[in-house]
Amino acid sequence: MQIEFEMTDEILIVNLEGELDHHYAAVIREEIDKTVDAFHSKHLIFNFEKVTFMDSSGIGVVMGRYNKISQLGGKLMITGCSEYIDRILYMAGIYTIATRTKDVTESIERIGSEVIEEEAN
Amino acid sequence: MSVNNENDYIPNQMKLIFSSRSENESFARVAVAAFIAPMDPTVEELTEIKTAVSEAVSNSIIHAYGENENGMVTVECIIEQDRRVVISIVDNGIGIEDVELAREPLYTSKPEDERSGMGFTVMESFMDKLEVESVPGNGTKVTMIKNLDLAYEF
Repeated sequence: MQIEFEMTDEILIVNLEGELDHHYAAVIREEIDKTVDAFHSKHLIFNFEKVTFMDSSGIGVVMGRYNKISQLGGKLMITGCSEYIDRILYMAGIYTIATRTKDVTESIERIGSEVIEEEAN
Repeated sequence: MSVNNENDYIPNQMKLIFSSRSENESFARVAVAAFIAPMDPTVEELTEIKTAVSEAVSNSIIHAYGENENGMVTVECIIEQDRRVVISIVDNGIGIEDVELAREPLYTSKPEDERSGMGFTVMESFMDKLEVESVPGNGTKVTMIKNLDLAYEF
């Protein structure tokens, strides 16, 4: 499992690559948390485009990061899921806490428009 | 000798025994997938089987042995007649007190570790049948059955 980060404004884009199971989940979790803290990222985008396998360990990784960023009002976006990854995330109700988008660009746009909407209210 | 005669059919089977180390989760699911590959399963079937095996093996490692690497996990796979695949995952760990509760979606005995409690739910949804036998203090046996699509058999 490889992990690559991209930063834009307050958004941290997490590009995952390879197989995400219980073995890799611990490392991934720690890497993301460290990066979020170091760059004071507010919002998070999980890009699953290059993830070739994921079991329910991935749910814990996503849920845990949601708990972390939502405390400061951050948004969570998910993109690039294969049909199977989508099924697993859907089963666990992840899409009630995160928004599924078609690509990273749409994720960034959604965060922008949701933040503006909240500020207007 | 007719292959279709029920009495002649010899199921193809394999058995793996490995240490309860998390890096073996990948080994287990890839090995099962490789064993089933000659049956020409669909990509969808293979992914579902790999995911279910990964869930069951992770359960043994995390819950049965509490991430202690001294335990052993056994994975058995039998390809029966009519493309019926029977996979069992056996451990000699702490066992499950209440199997029914453990199988409930979102139930986890370790919420502090970011466990989703979706392991059994994923196995149930990706396989055709799931059976869990457990003796507290003795171990757990998870048996999963998947009937491969017949459309690919010529």
